[in-house]
Amino acid sequence: MNTMMSRIRNLAAAGLLAGAAMVSAAPAMAETIKVGILHSLSGTMAISETTLKDAMLMLIDDLNKNGGLLGKQVEPVVVDPASDWPLFAEKARELIEKEKVAVVFGCWTSVSRKSVLPVFEELNGLLFYPVQYEGEESSRNVFYTGAAPNQQAIPAVEYLMSEDGGGAERFALLGTDYVYPRTTNKILRAFLHSKGISDDDILEEYTPFGHSDWQTIVSKVRAFASEGKKTAIVSTINGDANVPFYKELANQGVMAEDLPVVAFSVGEEELAGIDTAPLVGHLAAWNYFMSVETPENEAFIEKWHAFIGDEDRVTNDPMEAHYIGFKMWVQAVNQAGSTDVDAVRQAMYGQTVPSLTGTTALMNVNHHLSKPVLIGEVQDDGQFEVVWETDGPVVGDAWSDYIPESAKLTADWTYPWVCGNCEKPMF
Amino acid sequence: MAVRNAIFRLVLVLFAAGACLAPGGGSASGGFDAALVLLAGKSAKKRMAGIEALAASAHPAAAPILSAMVDGRLYYRKDDKRLFVVAKRGREFDLFDPVAGEQAGTAPSKSLKKVKVNNRLRRAIRKALAGLNLTHADRAIRLEAAAGLLKSADPGLRPALVAALEREAGGDVRAAMELALAAVDIGPDSTPAVRIAAAERLGASESPEARALLGRVVGDAKTDAAVREAARAALQQIEDRLELYRQFGAVFQGISLGSVLLLAAVGLAITFGVMGVINMAHGEMVMVGAYATFVVQELFRTFAPEFFGLSLAVAVPAAFLAAAALGVGLERSVIRWLYGRPLETLLATWGVSLVLRQAVRTIFGPTNREVGSPEWMSGAMELAGGVAITYNRIWIILFSLAVLAAVMAVIRYTAFGLEMRAVTQNRPMANAMGIRSRKVDSMTFALGSGVAGMAGVALSQIDNVSPNLGQAYIVDSFMVIVFGGVGNLWGVLVGAMSLGVVNKFIEPFSGAVLGKIVILVALILFIQRRPQGLFAMRGRAAEL
Repeated sequence: MNTMMSRIRNLAAAGLLAGAAMVSAAPAMAETIKVGILHSLSGTMAISETTLKDAMLMLIDDLNKNGGLLGKQVEPVVVDPASDWPLFAEKARELIEKEKVAVVFGCWTSVSRKSVLPVFEELNGLLFYPVQYEGEESSRNVFYTGAAPNQQAIPAVEYLMSEDGGGAERFALLGTDYVYPRTTNKILRAFLHSKGISDDDILEEYTPFGHSDWQTIVSKVRAFASEGKKTAIVSTINGDANVPFYKELANQGVMAEDLPVVAFSVGEEELAGIDTAPLVGHLAAWNYFMSVETPENEAFIEKWHAFIGDEDRVTNDPMEAHYIGFKMWVQAVNQAGSTDVDAVRQAMYGQTVPSLTGTTALMNVNHHLSKPVLIGEVQDDGQFEVVWETDGPVVGDAWSDYIPESAKLTADWTYPWVCGNCEKPMF
Repeated sequence: MAVRNAIFRLVLVLFAAGACLAPGGGSASGGFDAALVLLAGKSAKKRMAGIEALAASAHPAAAPILSAMVDGRLYYRKDDKRLFVVAKRGREFDLFDPVAGEQAGTAPSKSLKKVKVNNRLRRAIRKALAGLNLTHADRAIRLEAAAGLLKSADPGLRPALVAALEREAGGDVRAAMELALAAVDIGPDSTPAVRIAAAERLGASESPEARALLGRVVGDAKTDAAVREAARAALQQIEDRLELYRQFGAVFQGISLGSVLLLAAVGLAITFGVMGVINMAHGEMVMVGAYATFVVQELFRTFAPEFFGLSLAVAVPAAFLAAAALGVGLERSVIRWLYGRPLETLLATWGVSLVLRQAVRTIFGPTNREVGSPEWMSGAMELAGGVAITYNRIWIILFSLAVLAAVMAVIRYTAFGLEMRAVTQNRPMANAMGIRSRKVDSMTFALGSGVAGMAGVALSQIDNVSPNLGQAYIVDSFMVIVFGGVGNLWGVLVGAMSLGVVNKFIEPFSGAVLGKIVILVALILFIQRRPQGLFAMRGRAAEL
């Protein structure tokens, strides 16, 4: 009996050992979890997106140093879609079909997201999109970690209309000519109408990408502002065009306290190319600023500086979005015990991550985050100082309540809805 | 109202007395001390109360404290909440005690906290400063104070304004104060007769504030009908005069846009116009010039920050040399082998442009680089009626004309220019006369590239210094050359200026996007009718 027991014990031990050997051999046999990074490293958008690629590499590096994911190492797969929108779709297909990545973090402009959307839906991939955008979308295969309009544009305009923001009654909506500014301004116009502001008091102007001669538009806005009502500028100007725009404002002597600009696409990174002394007091609305003083943020900035090897590099809102998105995905994978897209998606709902601004970010069933909204003023050192914030996190709204046709729609990817744009539940 | 007046008189007297005693008036009243505590307070509301109390205290230190606050230099010590005006020196701050009026040593930046301001507080501070500075000894500060009062139009400051007017002998300060008084008088607190008089006075001015004030009266349905009528008439007067200024402004903006096009196109006029090389990397030469400016400025910042104002003057030759050297390299390595094969040249130079862009991205990083504007290029000349002419644009117009003149002089008056023209007109004959045409080709290309580099210096002042800088200008440059007439520098000048001015006159009606399209369509139609451009080349070169 005794020998029998010991024999079984030995056998079991041997089996365990063999099993352990197989498990430990597995990671060495190229068994890594692949994460795709789809950000432009060349072309117009490289200015913004390169930083996000670096941020992702840092997050992955950090995870690997702390034991990886499901006992495996995470391997980043970086591709360069070169600011070329159709190329985004090709690269996305390559990542999912050829590289077999578990998840993709990427895209910046809405047009690039729209371009990859069919690919992710067809191949059932998973995309984390880190940039503030115009809303009016909820895909089963995309998690939107940037702000929806109700988490950025609407609170910013409400602030401008408040006493602290200067009590603006007239708005100049300036934007680059593509889908994000046009949709955002459509929502804003509807919102302003609901606040009793008539079309006479709204000026809408669009410029091409990379517009550099702002003389006419700045003069026009100054004339518009001197017609008796307190005026503010709402800027959805994107990318390179911002630098000449702010330079022209400064040169024409537009002071923030008389004619404030609130921007939705200008962060710390964009200000890096300008002398900000004449811009002090202009505003930006985001869910994160580098200047926010929390232990989490200080640790993040320190890690970033150590990783990139440059103390002068700034952090910004889309980086925080990737930070939250990546942490959530890791938690969801751990919870699901697999990187299978459908399992991870189910595990994503209700995930919480402490954000860098000292609140808790929550993933909702409409694939959007709950995050606080901050309004910051440009300082002379190129940073923002928070002058206003919401009481707590705001739930991202995929379909704006201010556009009649989209107010009816609901995005909810759990039973019984299981739909991104329905008027009534599927089941 | 009477009580308020009395208080303001008192305030003024106190302030005048304080001004005589300054600096170092230590006789702080209770209100002043309380105001300082409020300023170090956490909420914006408290700080607002602090500003108001400080303005009312009329303490001699009030104005310096407020102006430091609006400049973001007012800090308080974390332990005892004492206020200091700081000068930043890395992680150490030099402290200045504004109450005692003396230096207070240094302190680590961590021990201090900034007194935060937002736009609302800034407006309040400017208003308070305007009130405090109305009787300042310095004329410029009084003028600024009067302009500030015009902006705020606060009836509470009327008595102070009237008192200051009595002391003001005449000149522009008095005129500004009278305008500020009219701005107060047109408010709803005054009698209709006073308001009508004020409307007339405002109607004689062109300032945007006057326009705004009149607009507000016209738009307010509760106002007395006669007052509204007067305001409407005054507003009409302003509008009529403004129309003229606006036209002038549009012409200036057009010329300024034209000068940018001219700068970008002059270099191309040489390489494309004279040599017939389609150089798609031309924009990158401009970019190289802009980055050369950045490097020169960095050197100035590191080694001679006191001469920073000269950095652009040094950058011009540096950018010329950098771009010219690159041009020679490009010509010797690529273009020389492709003369007479335009399609291959086009593709090869386009490839070179990609390589250059990515090289710059690798060396300098993908983000924008900050190129500073020297003092003499910042700001604007405020013409009447809110039409602003910015100094950097004026300099760029002058610079572009100077570059054009220099290029013309080189072509017309130098031996190299003569050889260049000879090679262009008849290469075999020039060879027969002993001109080394290969060398001339190299030099010509270097000149064209160098001029593009100089354009980069100017563009760094108005555009992003990023790897994509050149991209924005390449199409426009070709447009100017084709429109003006290939191979003719006068054509480039006329072409650039007319495209610029037409663009600026279309833009207000059509918007920037449609404006660009309209210009392109018009240009296509023009080229259909007149393929040789505005100024046709005559003689043999035209047939080549």
